[in-house]
Amino acid sequence: MTLPRRTHPRPLDIVLGRVDLTHGGGGRAMAQLVDELFIAAFDNEALNRRNDQGAFDVPGGRMVMTTDGYVISPLFFPGGDIGSLAVHGTVNDVAMAGAVPISLSASFIIEEGFPLADLKRIVASMAKASKEAGVPVITGDTKVVEKGKGDGVFITTAGVGMVPPGVAISGDQARPGDVILVSGTMGDHGVAVMSQRESLGFETAILSDSAALHTLVAAMVTAAPGIRVLRDPTRGGLASTLNEIAGQSGIGMLIEEAAIPVRPEVKGACELLGLDPLYVANEGKLICICAEADAEALLTVMRGHPLGREAARIGACREDSHHFIQMRTAMGGNRVVDWLAGEQLPRIC
Amino acid sequence: MKYIDEYRDGAKAQAIAGAIKAEADPARTYHLMEFCGGHTHAISRYGLEDLLPANVRMIHGPGCPVCVLPIGRIDAAIWLARQDGVTLCTYGDMLRVPGSQRLSLLKAKAEGCDIRMVYSTQDALKLAQSLPDRQVVFFAIGFETTTPPTAVALKQAKALDLKNFSVFCNHVLTPSAITQILDSPEVRTLGTVKLDGFIGPAHVSTIIGSRPYEYFAEEYQRPVVIAGFEPLDVMQAVRMLVRQINDGRFEVENEFSRAVTRDGNEKAKALVAELFELRRTFEWRGLGLVPYSALRIKEPYAAWDAERRWDVPQDSAPDNKACECGAILRGVKKPTDCKLFGTICTPENPMGSCMVSAEGACAAHWTYGRFRDVEMTRQ
Repeated sequence: MTLPRRTHPRPLDIVLGRVDLTHGGGGRAMAQLVDELFIAAFDNEALNRRNDQGAFDVPGGRMVMTTDGYVISPLFFPGGDIGSLAVHGTVNDVAMAGAVPISLSASFIIEEGFPLADLKRIVASMAKASKEAGVPVITGDTKVVEKGKGDGVFITTAGVGMVPPGVAISGDQARPGDVILVSGTMGDHGVAVMSQRESLGFETAILSDSAALHTLVAAMVTAAPGIRVLRDPTRGGLASTLNEIAGQSGIGMLIEEAAIPVRPEVKGACELLGLDPLYVANEGKLICICAEADAEALLTVMRGHPLGREAARIGACREDSHHFIQMRTAMGGNRVVDWLAGEQLPRIC
Repeated sequence: MKYIDEYRDGAKAQAIAGAIKAEADPARTYHLMEFCGGHTHAISRYGLEDLLPANVRMIHGPGCPVCVLPIGRIDAAIWLARQDGVTLCTYGDMLRVPGSQRLSLLKAKAEGCDIRMVYSTQDALKLAQSLPDRQVVFFAIGFETTTPPTAVALKQAKALDLKNFSVFCNHVLTPSAITQILDSPEVRTLGTVKLDGFIGPAHVSTIIGSRPYEYFAEEYQRPVVIAGFEPLDVMQAVRMLVRQINDGRFEVENEFSRAVTRDGNEKAKALVAELFELRRTFEWRGLGLVPYSALRIKEPYAAWDAERRWDVPQDSAPDNKACECGAILRGVKKPTDCKLFGTICTPENPMGSCMVSAEGACAAHWTYGRFRDVEMTRQ
């Protein structure tokens, strides 16, 4: 048989189709919505590169801009809340271009009846995260919708940053032979949020890994300005993010299951819930793809930073016209690590 | 991690693989069917086929509860979800199973039906208590493993006199399905499907015990090894089956002795017998009408039976003409024999049920194993 080369076997059904939760899950359904609707309509060079931020030239250098909406439920979870997440997530999307984040905007959509005490708590947490990151919120917007037309509060932040000269990090730069690194354990954020969901009666000691990664990135870019790809594996987890990069760069990858760091508590919770940690969201981890020659230096820098102590080399890129992510399992067999199909955990960020 | 890592030890797997290779007779083939979707998933997720010699082949059986439910029952669930005041809840995988007219519960939810995903029957009960103005219907599916929790929920609903809770019962029975496969013409008379032995269910057997399989082993002269769902369990079961076949034995052996006894869980069995009775016949996807293969709620609990509370349509809807799920569930065809596989049928847009659950043969092959097809065409 021949396998279809197209990522999406059937086009979106614009006439009868409706948006369902899989379109926001970070998997293949969302990629299809973005490709066939948004990119097709907005069609421009920066957007078409399909990165988490768009880059553009300004007098004196190159800048990036990004935006992200936060709809997480519950609003407060172990290790963070929607406010800190809205800062960290956007700072990270700027940083994944190797850029230095400069400032943020924040837009609030608040449901009528939302307690002011909760709003204050969220804003205070947001202010703290922004001060700690050294990236101020310099503009914003406030909207209120009728009761029942929103769910508490939704926050959208945007961020801009400056790319250091000589840095050209982008999802389409990975080449066969390049090495794949991750900055730490996979799946902490998703499991921490999941443990707080009302319908789940289990408690874990797992905290979300939500953190701003720009200082880690700055150290990495200084050590190896030639880093090819940086990306934070949020929705869809490590698996979907690697598939995205493989598609952008037109390559395949081979990773080693035994080399991927996963906390035992996360593994245990995932067993219980029938989840695969490779598909669970992270909010304070990054994937780095670099030339073999840079790998050791980068690992040393990462492990010397508080947010990269458990950094690990998990595999390598290779030629593959099907852009498969293949994994050698801990048992010694082989499997594909595919895009997330459907929706694993709704509203995780 | 305790009790997980022990059963996922790569070095031990290689040692068992070596033993299987040494013991398997190169002059013959071994066609082994794993009945359960849990085993199908373990084989694919851990790449166990790569550890077996070429003459030991695994055939995926019908033991995926999501896969065997016929389209008519999915349509009925969607019909229920569309009734006034109804909140339908079920396990996650069911949401994506395609019914007729390209609908699924997930799509019905996007159209405005109140459909919720729950992790347990207890969540379903709590949902009913928290929504006193809604009629909460639990769409119950699964083999013998998921039946006792449904029974518990029904008992609690009765004890609490919870009037806004009911169960749409679709619980099915493993032994009847195995008999149906062994009696199928492809296995019995045509000989087109070779079946030399079975890996018996893990979780199902914790409830029903190993005794029910003794009949098949004897009557159909096929060895059965009950195995756990961890990769080392599967490897060890394959080795035990190869040995039985080499010795000309056809016994029921229990690899999963840490959880399965000969008589199973008496308490659970008694509870199920108290609340459920056999349906005279029930439609299975792929196997057709199978006599005495499913359960319905007994009369004393009729008030909590969604099929009695509503006039639920009992129509049977045909599968997509090109869909080979039926033949795949019987072991007659492989996923790659289906024209829809990977073309218009993928886990995002499943046409047939085998593509929905991670335990389905098609989804498992597409998600974990499709690089093998490329290697075949390259050769």
